[in-house]
Amino acid sequence: MPITINGQSVAVPTDPRVSLLDLLREHLHLSGTKKGCNQGACGACTVLADGERILSCLALAVQFEGRSVLSIEGITDDGALHPLQQAFIEHDGYQCGYCTPGQICSAIGMASEIERGVPSAVTADLASDSIDLTHEELRERMSGNLCRCGAHNGIVDAISETYASRTGASRPAVAEIAE
Amino acid sequence: MTPFDYARAGDTAAAVRMGSVAGARYLGGGTNLVDLMRENIEQPASLVDVTGLGSAIEERADGTVWIGAAARNTAIAGHAAIRRRYPALSRAILAGASGQIRNMATLGGNLLQRTRCTYFYDDAARCNKREPGSGCDAIDGFNRIHAILGASVACVATHPSDMCVALAALDAVVHLEGSAGARTLPFDALHRLPGGRPDRDTELQPGELVTGIELPSLAFAARSTYRKVRDRSSYAFALVSVAAALDVGGDGTVRDVRIALGGVAHKPWRAHIAEQSLRGQPATEASFRAAAAAELADAAPLTHNAFKPELARRTIVAVLSGLTETPMKEMAP
Repeated sequence: MPITINGQSVAVPTDPRVSLLDLLREHLHLSGTKKGCNQGACGACTVLADGERILSCLALAVQFEGRSVLSIEGITDDGALHPLQQAFIEHDGYQCGYCTPGQICSAIGMASEIERGVPSAVTADLASDSIDLTHEELRERMSGNLCRCGAHNGIVDAISETYASRTGASRPAVAEIAE
Repeated sequence: MTPFDYARAGDTAAAVRMGSVAGARYLGGGTNLVDLMRENIEQPASLVDVTGLGSAIEERADGTVWIGAAARNTAIAGHAAIRRRYPALSRAILAGASGQIRNMATLGGNLLQRTRCTYFYDDAARCNKREPGSGCDAIDGFNRIHAILGASVACVATHPSDMCVALAALDAVVHLEGSAGARTLPFDALHRLPGGRPDRDTELQPGELVTGIELPSLAFAARSTYRKVRDRSSYAFALVSVAAALDVGGDGTVRDVRIALGGVAHKPWRAHIAEQSLRGQPATEASFRAAAAAELADAAPLTHNAFKPELARRTIVAVLSGLTETPMKEMAP
C-alpha cells in the first residue's frame, strides 16, 4: 500500500531508514518542509499526517504506509495562499523564513486540536471541552516550533488573527483544510 | 543509522515472536528510538512496529481504566475519563514535549524511553549506561540536570518522563507479554535504580512487550495534579517535578496521599516516606514541609545541582498546598 502525499500516491521506500522528511525532500523534491535540527527539537519539519501535526524528521516513512500526509506544498489544492500564509505576510511572521512551513503546518494542526477540545498545559479547567485560543494557549501550543530570528510576535499575531476568532461555536475551514 | 529490518506486528503474539529475536526492538512513535538510532547509540538489527496493536482507553465496570500501549499521548491526555478522574496524568502528559511529539509518542514508548543525560548521547564521553564498564563522565562533569536520590557510583542519570511520574503516583499496573507468557508489574517496580547495572533501565525480560497499563479505581485521584519546574516555560525536560493526589477528611487531616517526583532519580521517585509521614496528620503547610524534608533527607546533590533538594521540597509543599485549596466542585464527576 502506498503513502498518499499531498493527494498523490507514493511508494513506500524500500530502505526503512528513510525518514518521512527525507522522503519528502530528497526523493520527492518537495523542499518546502525544512530540516532544522533533525532530532525533534525545532519543529521546522512539521507536516500533517491524517490531519495531525507530527515531526517528519523523527518519523520513519515506512510507518506511514496507507496514511495521508500533507506538507506545506499541499495545504491548499488550488495553488492559492492559505489564509494563514496570507496572515504571515501581513503580520511579518518571519525573517529568514526557514521555520515558516513548519510553523504554518503546526498552526493548522493546532487549530484542529483546539476544535477537538484537546487541552494544553495552560488549560485551567481540564473538565471543559471548549477551549478558547487565548494568547497564553497559543504560545504554549506552538512551543514546539522555534524561530531563531525571533519573529515569534508576528507569528503569534498571524495565527491569532486566523484562528482566534474561530473559537466557540463556529470555526470553519480548519478541518477540511487538514483533511 | 545502521541498516535494520522492519516489520509491522499484526497482533501481540506475532510481536512477541519477532521481538524475542536477538537484536530486535519494539517501535512506537519513534520520537526517542529513531533519534538514538540516528546517533548510533541504539543499533537494533530489527524493528517490530507495535503501533497497530491495542490503543484503546476504556473505563471498566470495576472502576479501573485500561490504556493500551499504542495509545498516543495526545489521546490519553485528552480523554474525558483521564481528565476528570486522573487530572495528574493529563497534566503530566501535557507538560511533556510538544504538540507534534505528543501526537506521535505512545504510552509504551514513553515508559521505555531512555535518559536525556547529555553524556549518554555523546559517544565521545564515557557512559556506563551506553557502554557498561566504561565509566561515567557526568559524575564529575556538568551534572546540573542529574540525580539527587538513589544514584550510584556508576550512574547519576535521571528518567526523563513526565507521564511516568504521574503513573507512579497513581499506582498504575503495567501489563506485559513475553515468550514465557503474560504478567503484571506494579508501576513502581518497572523502572530500576542504577546500582552497578545502569545499562538496564527496567525489570523487563528480553523480548517482553508492554501491552498496556491499568489505572486503579482511586476516587481521590480526582484531586490530583502535576507541577513541573524547568528552565523555560514550555518544551523542556524537568529539573524537578511533582505528581500528587490528596484525600483530606472532614476534620482536616490527611486520609490518604500519593506523591511521586520526577527529575531527581534514575526512575520516577515514589515518595513513600513523605506519604507515610503525612497520613493522619493535619493537612497544613507545616505537615507538608515536614514530609518533604523527610523525603529529601537522604538527597545527595552533585557539584552543579545543589539547588535540587530545596527545589523538590518547595515544589512538594506548593503542590500539596494547592491541592488542599482545590474546591470540591472541581472534583465532582
